[in-house]
Amino acid sequence: MCSADGAFISVRNLSVDFQPVGVLDRVSFDVAQGELVCVVGPSGCGKSTLLNVLAGFQAPTAGSVRIGGAEVDGPDKSRIAVFQESAVFPWLTVEENVGFGLLGLSRGERRRRVAAGIERVGLGGFEHAYPPQLSGGMKQRAEVARALATQARVLFMDEPFGALDFLTRLKLRADLLDIWRAERQTIVFITHDVEEAVQLADRVLVLSRRPAAVVAEVRIDLGRPRDLDAPAYLRARDRILELLGVTRA
Amino acid sequence: MTPAARRLPVSGDATASQRAIDPELAGGRPEAAATVAAPSRREEVPGRRALLGLGPPLAVGAGLALTWHVAARASGGDLVPTPGEVALAIGELAGKGVLLDYVVASLFRVSWGFGLAVLLGVPLGLALGWYPAAFRALNPVLQLLRPISPIAWIPLAILWFGVSDLAPIFLIFLASVLPIAMAAAAAVHGIPVVYLRAARNFGLKGPLLVTKVILPAALPQLLTGLRLALGVAWMVVVAAEMIAVTSGLGYLIVDARNAGKRYDLVVAGMLLIGVIGLLLDQGLRRLERSGHVQR
Ligand SMILES: Nc1ncnc2c1ncn2[C@@H]1O[C@H](COP(=O)(O)OP(=O)(O)OP(=O)(O)O)[C@@H](O)[C@H]1O
Ligand SMILES: [Mg+2]
Repeated sequence: MCSADGAFISVRNLSVDFQPVGVLDRVSFDVAQGELVCVVGPSGCGKSTLLNVLAGFQAPTAGSVRIGGAEVDGPDKSRIAVFQESAVFPWLTVEENVGFGLLGLSRGERRRRVAAGIERVGLGGFEHAYPPQLSGGMKQRAEVARALATQARVLFMDEPFGALDFLTRLKLRADLLDIWRAERQTIVFITHDVEEAVQLADRVLVLSRRPAAVVAEVRIDLGRPRDLDAPAYLRARDRILELLGVTRA
Repeated sequence: MTPAARRLPVSGDATASQRAIDPELAGGRPEAAATVAAPSRREEVPGRRALLGLGPPLAVGAGLALTWHVAARASGGDLVPTPGEVALAIGELAGKGVLLDYVVASLFRVSWGFGLAVLLGVPLGLALGWYPAAFRALNPVLQLLRPISPIAWIPLAILWFGVSDLAPIFLIFLASVLPIAMAAAAAVHGIPVVYLRAARNFGLKGPLLVTKVILPAALPQLLTGLRLALGVAWMVVVAAEMIAVTSGLGYLIVDARNAGKRYDLVVAGMLLIGVIGLLLDQGLRRLERSGHVQR
């Protein structure tokens, strides 16, 4: 179900003020169904705030978010957020965490989806471990599995791999792309890492400093897997760095 | 970044060999799961080391007892009984059958007073933590009541409940319900907001939100609050028993003094209070640790 102009997620003139400062300043953009859009911006510019509004955790000061034609006015199971700081529940095992969003389902269906989610993120063997017994990367995997198990068609991801080391981040990115290629969720992925954005996204939204506005939308017309030395890749990366006000190396 | 690293595929299938070298992906290796299962916040102390660990405190205890003995002897036995006399006094209490009676009487009052305080204080505190308006309305009153020592309530307690078990139970309830409610409210305030957002995202609300997320998230801090409140309750029962009733360890202490200046019995009562307080604390500490295990 899309609005007349074909956008699945449509953000219009979104503003958020935390008195006395403005955080988001008339942010507008669209996301098509099944699209993977990355949002980059300087630290503290309002990326998490944008995600909180998109996911319905926070009401905007002005403007609107429509998803599938309906105005967002609260969180919903059909669009799941994955948070910057680990939000897996430390008092539940990996298995219980992954099944958390499935309380209404039959036991068999639940077990099937939990097993599939855990398998999908490569956490097999750790079903009964508690999050504090896992590495940071494994915790984020568990959180991604919890989101996948709900079969939500929209994922909002707020720097989900931001706190991880370089190699783990590469691995999780690759795995996320695998999952997305198979299931084609609509994903809004927030990051401060320009390389990450260019490696993942169909399109990158570049935000300004606070109060954040959309400075530019950069389409990444590259196949996947992406060659990180291709001129087009480097051009896109440098363009975004320039837009962010970072001088080129 | 080396050129090799730059060319790492960011997509494509995670091959079996990639999985094998990636410690993140120790999927399907049950032994790996087994190695992470040491569920203690503190380092595990093996049995022998635990026994060795008892050495220093025992040595300190023995040293103190010896000093006490020597000091008691030197003072001519008028100021304080010797450890031996106290041990005999404990034996005498046990022999007369009142030791167990008094301990049970005190524990009975603490159980009721503290139990009622938990039943009322925990839900009250959770609600105060959850609803800012309730917190703003009630907090000033609670803060005003808090510095009033439970001992100050003794006259009113006796006026209302007479000389009966109800008076100390009421005092213990009063003494522990406020700390428990404040601890529960603080525990709710301390819940990371992402847990609550995740819970709302999965559609949880009402009672399910409380039992599945709020309570477990608040539990560790809540248990710490309960332990501190139990410590207060145990101190208050002794004070209340000195005035409001004719049994229990507090009564033992005043009675031993009043009825014959039996200071060996006074000190015996003090020691028993200490030992039982320690055991209560250890019990809740163990519970607290098991609550912390998974985090
Ligand atoms: N609840 C709040 N009350 C007041 N100010 C807030 C609140 N939440 C965020 N802010 C402010 O809004 C601004 C944007 O915060 P936000 O977390 O959205 O930034 P961000 O782009 O996600 O930052 P980071 O890159 O560090 O994740 C910050 O300056 C922050 O101080
Ligand atoms: Mg952020």
